Amino acid sequence: MWEYAPAPESRDIANLKPSYRLFVDGEFVEGAGEPLKTINPATEEVLAEVSTADKNDVDRAVKAARRAYDRVWGKMPGAERAKYIYRIARMMAERSRELAVLESLDNGKPIKEARDVDIPTASAHFFYHAGWADKLGYAGLGPDPKPLGVAGQVIPWNFPLLMAAWKIAPALACGNTVVLKPAETTPLTALVLAEIIQQAELPPGVVNILPGAGDVGAELTNHAGVDKVAFTGSTDVGKLIQRSLAGSGKKLTLELGGKAANVVFDDAPLDQAVEGIVNGIFFNQGHVCCAGSRLLVQESVADEFLEKLHARITTLRIGDPLDKNTDVGAINSREQLTRITELVATGEEEGAEKWVSPCPLPDKGFFFAPTVFAGVSQAMRIAREEIFGPVLSVLTFRTPDEAVAKANNTPYGLSAGIWTDKGSRILWMANQLRAGVVWANTFNRFDPTAPFGGYQESGFGREGGRAGLEAYLDV
Amino acid sequence: MSERLSVAKTYKLYIGGAFPRSESGRSYPVRDNKGGFLANAAHGSRKDIREAVVAARKAFAGWSGATAYNRGQVLYRVAELLEGRREQFIAETAASEGSNAKKAQSIVDAAIDRWVWYAGWSDKVATVLGASNPVAGPYFSFSVPEPTGVVGVLAPQSSSLLGLVSVLAPVIATGNTAVVVTSQDRPLPAITLSEVLATSDVPGGVVNIVTGRTAELAPWLASHADVNALDLAGAPAAMRAELEAAAAGTVKRVLRSKAAEPDWTTPPDLSRLRSFLETKTVWHPTGV
Repeated sequence: MWEYAPAPESRDIANLKPSYRLFVDGEFVEGAGEPLKTINPATEEVLAEVSTADKNDVDRAVKAARRAYDRVWGKMPGAERAKYIYRIARMMAERSRELAVLESLDNGKPIKEARDVDIPTASAHFFYHAGWADKLGYAGLGPDPKPLGVAGQVIPWNFPLLMAAWKIAPALACGNTVVLKPAETTPLTALVLAEIIQQAELPPGVVNILPGAGDVGAELTNHAGVDKVAFTGSTDVGKLIQRSLAGSGKKLTLELGGKAANVVFDDAPLDQAVEGIVNGIFFNQGHVCCAGSRLLVQESVADEFLEKLHARITTLRIGDPLDKNTDVGAINSREQLTRITELVATGEEEGAEKWVSPCPLPDKGFFFAPTVFAGVSQAMRIAREEIFGPVLSVLTFRTPDEAVAKANNTPYGLSAGIWTDKGSRILWMANQLRAGVVWANTFNRFDPTAPFGGYQESGFGREGGRAGLEAYLDV
Repeated sequence: MSERLSVAKTYKLYIGGAFPRSESGRSYPVRDNKGGFLANAAHGSRKDIREAVVAARKAFAGWSGATAYNRGQVLYRVAELLEGRREQFIAETAASEGSNAKKAQSIVDAAIDRWVWYAGWSDKVATVLGASNPVAGPYFSFSVPEPTGVVGVLAPQSSSLLGLVSVLAPVIATGNTAVVVTSQDRPLPAITLSEVLATSDVPGGVVNIVTGRTAELAPWLASHADVNALDLAGAPAAMRAELEAAAAGTVKRVLRSKAAEPDWTTPPDLSRLRSFLETKTVWHPTGV
């Protein structure tokens, strides 16, 4: 293995400010909630102080969104809405480097991922949906589908800006106004997006952004002035929201957890499959709801495959997220690190064979070395529960039917992967797998034109594509 | 000429293609709108619901795996057989709903036509709702609608035949299987419909029909972990929030509707079909 000289991106590019505030009714305002300090998970240093919303701030934001909906946005011609959304897309692209560095600092993800995936895909999401704004009648949802009103949106910390884009872009394109709560540990890029929205001259109140913890999210989703709730996050919280909204008549879409199977057949090009498995579970430190966290490998090639996998994982560079050579960055929070550590301990207790990458870890910050469990049985917690970290559980199978049965043996159903050279088998497997996204001979691909979302307890509703518009229209 | 005594029908449940009595051994009298006795219906229990869910789950792989053409033919066959028993359904619907013969006739005709309408959708819904996704990269990506799974259906309370068909046909047209709790006070046309289903190539278990008290049965259906979606069409107004909350336990898709029953003669649109479909997106690299 080559040694690489450090190639750090400059943190100055992030234009980090000492404090950030709520964005309500077109203005940045102080919130009445307890301010939070957002930290760099790679160093545990405080990045900035962020003011948070309290109950009254939520109310004010929802009312601002309602006013904007009633007076301006809801009745604006789609062609005009489109141009505002195009502006956002362009301005995000213009500030992409700044956003990438800020995202990496606040989240802990490698700069190369923020730079090459998060930010460009977020901008693309606005660009794609902008074009829908004046074409909704062609979406197959009736000749003149109407917006819902005010959307209350709560997003997770794993792809902060990208999730904001997935939520805001279709909502605006369909004519809704938005109150969005970014995650407690990663509020910064959403607030820079608010700056962009201000500079793009969106009418005040069309988008409001309220940092805060889960209580702000609950306040928002339960607010009587909200017509539509969209949530991305854990299945547990998703169930709470679905329950709390029962009887309210609010339209709800949920994008929740997963425990995806990545299935490798013996005829797969193994080196290519190894790359895919590594990307599937170590991309974004495994903080991905659709991560390929269960490797199902055909028994006849299991030993050979595992050996190749270990060799490849050993070469992954873990460390400074701002280093352009870093493959695996920091775990987003101490809380998440604790959860990963606990679940990994259960894997050992339940008898799975643990292998840990021998890579050196930085001595401060939240890091977890890439870990692979072999000899995992379906009953183990590490095979059933979402770990949301760089931990892969390996199971084996003999026949395609067994692979399907094991892959589908989960209450989740967000994504799945297939690795084989045989076309007919890919299509058969893709048909059999009960998951909303199936990647064959690739993994973790996202595009605004391709609907994304889960089966079963991975949630309902889609984001992206024509199918994603339904979530924000009264149809 | 002496009056012949007619042979009265025993109305039972329809589960897994068979016609069992309720395991509870209970039944309840069904009356017409003037209070006259029509028949006894099985008073289904929690266990009947659970057996119906088991049957529906067992039938799902076969029915969802059948070709759309095949499902279309099967649904069309239901219409054919309903047409053949048109007079029986007119009489039964008239008795159940207290409508005159002319009204009952138009209801039955609309129910038959509705099966035909949905039969035609089975092999078109993927064309209309599916997509080829023009992703920005060297990949072929497509999205297809797939059935959600086992759908619990609380059938409309007043429209005992047309309402039932209007909610059931879109569920099974796309490959879902169903557990139906019938109209509580007007269950008879549903059971007679199950006789049609049993003889029209609908595989056993694809549709399961349970009669009884809606308020007693609905919570078991709403909270059952192997039910993927819930149609609240005939849910008692006071229970809707509670049922939705129970459905959240396993993130069920819930189709809500207004407490007042709609006019089922209104031509349907795609929304009921869409409510019980998932979108699956598949990606594969392109290259030589």
